[in-house]
Amino acid sequence: MKSKLASRNRMIGLLFVSPWIIGFLVFTALPLLYSLYLSFHRVKITTSGIRTEFVKFGNYQFAFTGDSIFMDRLTQYIEEMVISVPIIIVFSLIIALLLNQKVKFRSFFRTVFFLPVIIASGPVIKELMDQGVTTIPSIEQYAIYQMLNANPEGIFNGMLLYLIKNLIVILWFSGVQILIFLAALQKMDQQTYEAAKIDGASNWEMFWKVTLPSITPMIIVNTIYTIVMFSIFSLNPIIEHIQKNMFKVDTGFGYASALSWIYFLIIAIALALTVGAMSFKGKSKYS
Amino acid sequence: MEKTKRQLFTNYYIKMKRMILGMQGTDGILFKLLIYGLLVGIGFVYIYPLIYMGSYSFKSLDDLLNPLVNWIPTQLYLENYKRAYEVLNFIPTLLETLYVAAIPAVAQTAVGAVVGYGLARFDFKGKKVIFILVLATFIIPPQVTLIPRYIFFNELNILGSLNAFLLPAAFGQGLNSAIFILIFYQFFRMVPKALEEAAQIDGAGHFRIFFTIALPMAVPGIIISFLFSFVWYWNETYLAAIYFGDSLTTLPLQLQKFVATYQQMFPAEMGLSGNKLNEGIKMAGTLLSILPLLIVYFITQRWFVEGVDRSGITGE
Repeated sequence: MKSKLASRNRMIGLLFVSPWIIGFLVFTALPLLYSLYLSFHRVKITTSGIRTEFVKFGNYQFAFTGDSIFMDRLTQYIEEMVISVPIIIVFSLIIALLLNQKVKFRSFFRTVFFLPVIIASGPVIKELMDQGVTTIPSIEQYAIYQMLNANPEGIFNGMLLYLIKNLIVILWFSGVQILIFLAALQKMDQQTYEAAKIDGASNWEMFWKVTLPSITPMIIVNTIYTIVMFSIFSLNPIIEHIQKNMFKVDTGFGYASALSWIYFLIIAIALALTVGAMSFKGKSKYS
Repeated sequence: MEKTKRQLFTNYYIKMKRMILGMQGTDGILFKLLIYGLLVGIGFVYIYPLIYMGSYSFKSLDDLLNPLVNWIPTQLYLENYKRAYEVLNFIPTLLETLYVAAIPAVAQTAVGAVVGYGLARFDFKGKKVIFILVLATFIIPPQVTLIPRYIFFNELNILGSLNAFLLPAAFGQGLNSAIFILIFYQFFRMVPKALEEAAQIDGAGHFRIFFTIALPMAVPGIIISFLFSFVWYWNETYLAAIYFGDSLTTLPLQLQKFVATYQQMFPAEMGLSGNKLNEGIKMAGTLLSILPLLIVYFITQRWFVEGVDRSGITGE
């Protein structure tokens, strides 16, 4: 009797989840496979339908050897991600720590720091960038900026210039992360702090030895979130390039699919590397 | 007499020191000043683009060209808004944007609730796999599935209609659907099992329990999901531009082609210098396009904050 009830329950559970399963198969799994299939083909759209021609790794080869724009954009994207993500994480942690103090108007500040999440769509950010308001006000007058601007070729200089020019946009991406950190900080056990205090730990030591290790999981979550959001933002140069190739006659859907798969793999590698490094470091601390 | 005076002075000194530096380094005035200073400073940098937008949108051409006019325009100049309002075709576009954002948001919330309930309250084979796959869908960039979906929608003949957004959303594959499933999962896990059992003994079926017991307890989750989903669909321009083509438009999309539309509506070669597009008009357009979202945000902001708290990523 009981096992019958349990199996009935199982069926109902599956029934509840079934819309997602169907959706996953139809709108995600199948398209994923199909775009993988297309990426190995040259795709032509004719009046009678789509015609494909197998080209082996041709599309991939072209992406890495023939398409200089793509390689440029790819290195640019990786550079930008390497600077932006750590800045977003550290910045949002600092803001969360500040807000976690006994400050008045906490909810007001939270409202301010979350606001960009609401309004930051691609076109809005683009308008603001065109106006030059995403940089630190009147930065052009400083010597450092002029020095960097005089020689924008080097990787390091380029990165710094990007940072200066887009600082506000980078910071604008931190709204959700601040709230995640803040929620984690407020759930911390106060007794640990009291015990550490009795043992004579300073605030500085407590941050490094108590706070930071216990929010490591949140740092990982935030890093994943930041990388994903940064990668799918519509102003991202690679995304633009993929879209352009999609509707070009000589490249078309096949090549665009290959590009999007390369892009997907790079995001996955970036995620695996950062998350792997962080959880490895976190574990070695405890052992 | 002399001694007490000195004592008094030392006492006073210690008190001052405590007040300024604090007992434990976190409650002195100096520390407070530092914290508020940082928060206000960073906060200012944060909303600086908004202030700039607001200021420039009210500037007439004279004010824009006058280097003495910095933040506060010399007069209340509304012409920019009039122009931007016309270029954006504001009210019809606003209604269309609401339609494009709200309906998929409703679908996404509904399916998030159903799936979250199934994952939170039932045990079945492969549940773990499904859970991992749900999380995995979050990191798949939409570009990868975009082309096959485009071909597929083209065959179904739903390109250019809202169905291109609505169908994936209704099956839990919309924008960031994984997050909404996670939020509802977290909510439904907290519903006490005893309540469900009591209802079962009274003869209620699973669907009645879902609608009459679980859903009412997850009202905050419903609001949170709807709002986040609404904002994300509102701001989506990349997919919208490809799926909708010219047949549906949204405020952000109109903003994207602001310059082109403006030049069409007010040709510059007529010799009228007043017809030229300037920053003031552009900023007015930008502000108009985010104004509805700003209003929604200021009314509902506590739900957004709670949404992150309640998503359970911080571990319960």
